Amino acid sequence: MAEPNGNAPGMPQLDFSTFPNQILWLVVTLVVIYLILSRVALPRIGSVLAERAGTISNDIAAAETYKQQAAEAEAAYNRALEEARAAAHKVIEQARADIQADLDAAIAKADAEIAARAAESEQKIAAIRESATEAVSQVAEDAAQEILTAFGVKADAKAVSTAVAERLKGGTA
Amino acid sequence: MADANGGLNIRPMDQFEVRPLFGGDTVGMFTITNVTLWMALAVVSVVLLMVVGSRGRALVPTRSQSVAELTYSFIYKMVEDVSGKDAVRFFPYVMTIFLFVFFSNVLGLIPFAFTPTSHIAVTAVLALAVFITVTVLGFVLHGTSFLKLFWVDSAPLALRPVLALIELISYFVRPVSHSIRLAGAMMAGHAVAKVFAGFAAALGAAFFIPILAVTALYALELLVAVIQAYVFTILTCVYLKDALHPHH
Repeated sequence: MAEPNGNAPGMPQLDFSTFPNQILWLVVTLVVIYLILSRVALPRIGSVLAERAGTISNDIAAAETYKQQAAEAEAAYNRALEEARAAAHKVIEQARADIQADLDAAIAKADAEIAARAAESEQKIAAIRESATEAVSQVAEDAAQEILTAFGVKADAKAVSTAVAERLKGGTA
Repeated sequence: MADANGGLNIRPMDQFEVRPLFGGDTVGMFTITNVTLWMALAVVSVVLLMVVGSRGRALVPTRSQSVAELTYSFIYKMVEDVSGKDAVRFFPYVMTIFLFVFFSNVLGLIPFAFTPTSHIAVTAVLALAVFITVTVLGFVLHGTSFLKLFWVDSAPLALRPVLALIELISYFVRPVSHSIRLAGAMMAGHAVAKVFAGFAAALGAAFFIPILAVTALYALELLVAVIQAYVFTILTCVYLKDALHPHH
C-alpha cells in the first residue's frame, strides 16, 4: 500500500525508528503500574478481602454459639417446668391426703357422738318406760281401791296392790 | 484507491502512527509522543480503579471498590488455578500485565485514541518479558531438569526425540504467537472500523449503512479488547505454570 504523500512505510507498526520510544515508555508504564499495584493497591484490597472473610467467619461462629446457648436455655426452661409440675403434683397429693385424714377423723368423731347420744336416749326411753309402768300400776291400784270402796268393801291396801301387781303381771305375761 | 477529488481517501493505518505530542517531526527515544499520552492514561485508569476505587477499605464495598475487588479476585483466582498455589507470589506481575493490556485495549476504542497494544513493539516486549521470566525462572528453580519440559516421559522412547524437537520449536514460537495475536487483533479491528467510517463519509445518502456496521463492529471490538486481555493474561499464567511445574 503506497502512501500518496508520505515517506513512511505502509504499516506504522513496522517503522522501527519509533521502537526505542515505544519500548522506553512501555517499560516506564509497566514499572509505574507494578509499583502502584504491589505497594498500594494489591495489599490494600487483599487485606480488605481477608478482613471481610474473617468477619464473616467470626459472625457465623458467633451465631453458632448463640444458637447453642438458646438451645441450652430452652432445655433448662423445660427442665424447670417439669420440676415445677412434679412439685405441684406432690403438693396436691399431700393436700388430698391431709383432707382425707381430717375427714376421716371428723367422721369418726361424729359417729362416736351419735352413738353416745343414741345410748343416752335409749336410757332415757327406758327410764320413761319404767316410770310409765309404775304409774300404770299406781293408777290401777288407785282405781281398784276406788272401785272396791264404791262397792262398799273395805279392802286392805296391801292386798289390793298385790292383786293388782299380779293381775298386771299376768296381763303382761 | 484514492479518488481524483479526494472523496474516497481512506487511510486506515494513520491512526497507528507514532507522533510527537508537542510539535517536531522526529521521534527520538525520549520524545513525548501519543504513545506516552495513552500509556499515561492507562496508568491513570489503573490508579482510578485500583487505588481510588478501594480507598474506602469498606467492609461492605461501594460500587467502585466492588469492581476493584472483583478484578483482584478474578486475576488472583486465575493465577492460583492455572499456575498453582505457589505462583501467587507472581500475582502483582500478572496483574500488571492484565491491567495494562486491558486498559490499553479499552481506551483505544475511544474515537481518535491511540492503541499501544496494536503495536508489535509493545506486545513483543510484553511477550518477551514473559518468555524470559519463565525461562530464567525455570532454570533457577529446577536447574537442568527444567529441560525435561521438552522430554515427554509418557511417549514411546523412539518418539521422544521427535517430540522434543516439536516441543522446543513450540516453546520458542510462544512469544511470537503471544505478541502477534494481541497486536493483530487490535490492529485489524481498528483498521476495519476506520475503513467503514471512511465509507460513511464517501457514500452520501447511504451513509447509515456503514454507520450501522461500525456500531455493530464496536460492540464486537469491545468484546475482543476484553477477551484479548484475558487471553494474554491466561497464557502468561500457563507459561508460568511450565516454569514452576515443568514435569507435566
